[in-house]
Order: sequence, then structure tokens, then C-alpha cells
Amino acid sequence: MLFSRTLLRRHSVLPGFDLALGFTLLYLGFIVLIPLSAAFLKTATMSWPAFWDAVATPRVLASYRLTFGASFAAALVNAFFGLIVCWVLVRYDFPGKRIVDALVDLPFALPTAVAGIALTALYAKNGWLGQFIPFKVSFTPVGVFVALTFIGLPFVVRTLQPVLEDLHKEIEEAAATLGASRWQTFSRVIFPILTPALLTGFALAFARALGEYGSVIFIAGNMPMISEITPLLIITKLEQYDYTGATAIAVVMLVAAFVLLLAINALQAWTRKRQGR
Amino acid sequence: MSTPAEALPLGPARAGVAPRRIATATTEPTWVKWTLIAVALGFLTLFLFVPLAVVFVEALKKGWGVYLAAITEADALSAIKLTLIAAAISVPLNVVFGLAAAWCIAKFEFRGKNLLLTLIDLPFSVSPVISGLIYVLVFGLQGWFGEWLRDHDLKVIFAVPGIVLATVFVTFPFVARELIPLMQAQGTEQEEAARVLGANGWQIFRRITLPNVKWALLYGVILCNARAMGEFGAVSVVSGHIRGQTNTMPLHIEILYNEYQFAAAFAVASLLAGLALVTLVLKYLVERRVKALRQVAGERSE
Repeated sequence: MLFSRTLLRRHSVLPGFDLALGFTLLYLGFIVLIPLSAAFLKTATMSWPAFWDAVATPRVLASYRLTFGASFAAALVNAFFGLIVCWVLVRYDFPGKRIVDALVDLPFALPTAVAGIALTALYAKNGWLGQFIPFKVSFTPVGVFVALTFIGLPFVVRTLQPVLEDLHKEIEEAAATLGASRWQTFSRVIFPILTPALLTGFALAFARALGEYGSVIFIAGNMPMISEITPLLIITKLEQYDYTGATAIAVVMLVAAFVLLLAINALQAWTRKRQGR
Repeated sequence: MSTPAEALPLGPARAGVAPRRIATATTEPTWVKWTLIAVALGFLTLFLFVPLAVVFVEALKKGWGVYLAAITEADALSAIKLTLIAAAISVPLNVVFGLAAAWCIAKFEFRGKNLLLTLIDLPFSVSPVISGLIYVLVFGLQGWFGEWLRDHDLKVIFAVPGIVLATVFVTFPFVARELIPLMQAQGTEQEEAARVLGANGWQIFRRITLPNVKWALLYGVILCNARAMGEFGAVSVVSGHIRGQTNTMPLHIEILYNEYQFAAAFAVASLLAGLALVTLVLKYLVERRVKALRQVAGERSE
């Protein structure tokens, strides 16, 4: 009764609003909001210098640099190749296309631990791919970048795909009629339409990479100051029973994630506007 | 799919002299096309196909005997059992939640709906490690309910309930976010008609809404289940890694790998990789149905 009287904008003949919303809020509260608030409340008990000591030691700062840097580089690579993969899947026909299209989602479906050990084995010094690469990949920051590229791969392809599929051929024909070369049509007409979706895909891949743990820890080698990612540092602190320190770093990462979430929401709104919806 | 362009006589799909000229103006030269295909497939091979293949090759490197021994060993079996239990509890919970959330969000107009939508998606932007950490803060020995739980001889963290909770958290949005857009597109007319004809709430839900969304529901369940069985980071924080008791399959893989039992680690990994492939096949089959449904619903609401 409470919800339908205070929240409903329009009367509805359908039943079950109170029950459904009540259950939704209760479940959301118990599973997500109360536990998440525990992290912020725990950090709120820290003094400012203590918080700063926990989140800004050289070792933690090095882990931010690696986590954010490798995530950014991986998202960038995914944006570039994701655009090409998406273009090829939408515009061209080639044998095995449907299988390739379905397999793009593999990083969503494959457990991160499995991806982690597979990539480590591949890029080890005597691995299938590692033996052809002149420098070390496994157990270095490059390995972190490889793992993050793997797990971020579907985001750009899957956000671009519907936009590219919806693109009307007429505007390309119009550009061609007006004398544009194919490259001009792409760079001046098609690419600007794809930009918001491309940025959304980039941001999604970046956000996912920031928090990634399972696929990275196997290939990273986890050396402090060199190849130690921030999520691993949280676990290390937990294992040393430094709950406050772990939570303080977690709060920094949560704030970064929420800022990105807002940016992604804004980008998605821009994508819809650009598509004229 | 027929685009408006194809319906026109000058569309690129028609053969003939004039259309072919248009076709060359709106497609790339052949060499560009095949270069792009080669680049795309090369990238995917390097980052997708080879890592997938290596799992199965490494798993069978020492022969079927070692493979079968690795997946039928007692600790592996208990890890498989725990993974199935965690998924069997968390998936139904999130299905009930997804249906409830989709019912109020898609069928009613109310204040704060956008905020609720954002909050439902929240678990996706939280690092798996932090998803585990927050439950340690609530239920761990130093946590809010830690002492109370200890006094009543209950264990959440480093035990099965903690693993289930962490799994529920990381798979929280999957079902809801598949159902909400479809149910929004389908609108409320059918349910309202049923109401006018005298159906009660349960009848409307069971006879009208549920059949309308069954494919999207199945799609959400497939994605939710894949993540539930494969979750590593969150579960790793709350499990305590007690062999034979609180080890799920991904955690078991980690232990084997760190003990240099590579063939065994990849053998267990190949089971999860197989699950991932089954997931992709099911996803592909169901996706086409959901897309078609959304299109029909979208056209009807226009």
C-alpha cells in the first residue's frame, strides 16, 4: 500500500506493485546496498592521515599506475580491433562468420581463472606464442595487459554492432553521390555516428579491466611495485588481517568505478540521441 | 533483415549495371575488405581461439588416464559439487528477484525508477574482489555480525553461505536486465485485458507475462549460471580455500596450478571451458528468439 500511494505516477489496474517493489527493494538492500555501505562506513571510522597512509604508499600507488595504465592500454587496443572486428562481422560475408560471431562472447562465458592459466601457458617462455616473442610476457606488466585485453574484447564489438547494423545505407549512398571517396565517407560520415558507441564500449572495457582479478593474477607474476594489480593488493591486505587498509583501497576503487558508471550512463544516453531515438 | 535500401530498385542487392556502380561506391575495394577480415580474424585467433584451444590441449597432454583421474579425484568432485550447489541456490534467487524487479519497473510508472535501474546494475561495476570483501566486513569475525554469528555457532565467511552470498552478488543483475527491456517493449495491454476479463494477479503472471518472456528469462538464466559457476575473485575472498570443503571449481584450478599440477589444473579447467562453449551455443540459439520478440514488441508499440 505504502509504495503505490506515494510513488506511483499513474494509477494502474494491474496488481502486485507493492509486493514486487517491496521484494525488489528488500533484496537489493540486503544483497547489494547494506554490504556495499559497510565498505564506506568502515572507511569513515579512519582518520584522514590513516586513510591517506593506507591508500597512498608507494606500493599502492604503483599498483594504481599498473591497473589504470594496463586497463587503459587494453581498452584502447580493444577499441581499435573491436571496430575492425565489428565492421567485418556486420558488413562482410566469409566462411565461418556465424561461429566467429558467437565466439566473440567467449570472454564473458569463460571463467576468469581458466582464461588466466590458458594465457599464462600460451605466453610462457616455451609456450605456443611466448617462444616467438623476443621479450617476456608472462610474469611482467605486459602479461597484465594481455589478460585485460582478453577479458575486455567483447565490450566494444557488442556495443558497436547494433549501431552499425542500424546504419542506413542511404547516407553512405548520399555521400558517394556527392563525390566522397570511400575513406571520406567512412571518416566523415560513418565514424562520427559510431563515436558515442565506440566510447561506450571503450569505457565498459576499461571499467571491467579495472576490477579484474582472476585472469590477471596467474599471468602477472605479482611482484610488488612492478606487476601487482590493485585488486590483488586488497587480497594481500586481507590475508594479513589488515581489514581497514584493504577496505580503504577498496573504497578508492569503488569511487573510480562509480565515476566510470556515471560516464558510461552519459555516453549511452548520447549514443541513443545520436541514433535518433 | 530487409533494409529500406534493399526495397528500392536501385538498392545494392539488385543485379545490373547502375546498381553495381552504386555498390562499388558504398563498399570497399576487395583488397581492403580481405585485409580487414584478415586483421580481425588474426586478432581473434591470437586472443580468443588459441587460448581456448590451449585449455583442451594442455588438459589432454598427459593422456586420458591423467585427465580422468584429475576430474574424478575426491577434492575435484567436492569442488564440482560445491560449484553446482552455489549455482543451484543463487540462480533461482536471482530469477525471483529479476521477475519481481521487471514486473514493477516494466509494468508501472513510478518515481525513482531510473535510480532503481542504476542500483540494480551496480554489482557489475564492482570488482569481484571487493564483492567478496564487503561480505567479510558484514559477516566476518571482525564484522558487524561477526560476534553474534560466532556466539550462535554459525559460519558464513569461510563457509558455504559466504560463497553463495558472493555468487548471488556477482550474478545479481543478469536476469533482471534481460527481462526489463523486453517487458517494457511488450507494454501492459495484454495484462490489462486479462485483468478486465477477470484474471487475478497470479493468473495474469502465469498465463500472460511468463509465456511472453520465457526466452528472455532463459537467456538471463544461461548468462547468470555461467557467471555463477565460473566466479573466482569474489568467491576466493570468502572461501578460505579449505580443500574438500569450501573449494569451488575455479578455486580448485588455482590450487592445482600453484602446486604445479598443470595437467590436472587444465583438466578441471576444460570442464569449465566446455561449460562456456555450451553457454555460447545456447546463448546463440536463444538470442535469435529474444531479438525477434523484441522487434515484434517494438513494432507493436510504435
